[in-house]
Amino acid sequence: MASIEGGGDDGGHGKKTGVKKAKKLSTRVDMTPMVDLGFLLITFFIFTTTTALPTAMKLYLPKDVDTPEEQNKVKESGAFTILLGGSDNVFYYEGLDPTQLKATNFKGIRDEILRKKKSTNPEDLVMIIKPSEEATYKNTVDILDEMTIAEIKRYAMVDISPDEYALVKATEAANK
Amino acid sequence: MPSVKIKKHAPENDMTPMVDLAFLILAFFMLATKFKPEEAADVKIPSSVSSDAVPEKDVFTVSVDKDARIFVSMDNPEFRQVLIENLNKTRNLGLGPAEIKAFINISSVGVPFSQLKSLLSLTPEQQKALKQPGIPAADSTGGELYYWVRDALVAYSGRKLNLCIKADNNTKYPAYKNVLNAFKKNDQNKFLLITAPEDAPSGSPLFETRQKQVDKK
Repeated sequence: MASIEGGGDDGGHGKKTGVKKAKKLSTRVDMTPMVDLGFLLITFFIFTTTTALPTAMKLYLPKDVDTPEEQNKVKESGAFTILLGGSDNVFYYEGLDPTQLKATNFKGIRDEILRKKKSTNPEDLVMIIKPSEEATYKNTVDILDEMTIAEIKRYAMVDISPDEYALVKATEAANK
Repeated sequence: MPSVKIKKHAPENDMTPMVDLAFLILAFFMLATKFKPEEAADVKIPSSVSSDAVPEKDVFTVSVDKDARIFVSMDNPEFRQVLIENLNKTRNLGLGPAEIKAFINISSVGVPFSQLKSLLSLTPEQQKALKQPGIPAADSTGGELYYWVRDALVAYSGRKLNLCIKADNNTKYPAYKNVLNAFKKNDQNKFLLITAPEDAPSGSPLFETRQKQVDKK
């Protein structure tokens, strides 16, 4: 439109008393719809975004054939066996005698691991983890995590023996 | 005396800074968002203090949900094709080209070999609605999962394949053990357990080691 002043659209007419004043249009555009859409997209992205990316925990298992020999190498003074029972129960015993079984939970086991770590020659220390049938995957990951937390270098995950399983069951029943 | 007229201001605030900020946040979220791939298994993963990131490619994931149903997924469609063609040959699945194509397009599978053909002939919507029974792996030989792992390894033929296990908090240990067995039967002993991140508890040896690393920097 008439945005340039003195536009000559009244060319040939004689009466040229003054320049026709240009009507100033507001340069404002209504941005409400755009902003609405912007906020809609923000909400959408906030809800779909995954904030914490999953992490990977490395698990290296020995080959099946190696396990019995490895176990035999464990010194009695350095062995510490952790048994995972049902409903988040944890049992442990030092040395190689399962009848020395003691009950604890996931909070208590950390102190026991650290105590054992301090009182044992680091070269002899071996943690043996034996999850029972009732143990959940979370229990397994938690106890492997405890190994990382306590910085235990040597640990093994082994199947529970029937004798130990019976002991765990008996202790669980007695503590109820 | 004439009453003094108060000039009425329009009740308008300048919203420019707010809108600027809003769009900045929008731009941030758009760039930071990574869409979760849809999965058939509903798995709530436990947390661990591990700080390693899950590798982004060449991943073979075995998911176990709380009812011990097993699902497999592989990220690379190219190798997924090799995998399914191998399985088709070695296990006599009798899949046609259309079903192979359907397999390449779906993210995870959790059916026994006997039902694979009928699963793949369904439309994607029907597949979603179907409750998949899981891949059998119930014995010490690793069951059918053994063949999945074997052929995935064959498809990668010596290149590095990251074996990931993703299990639910409440999965019982035997189900998880079966998965490990299937891997072990294939001479695979290194796995990645997918977990949610968590801080090392203060005062523990790991916490102190990490603190020292931070102080050095």
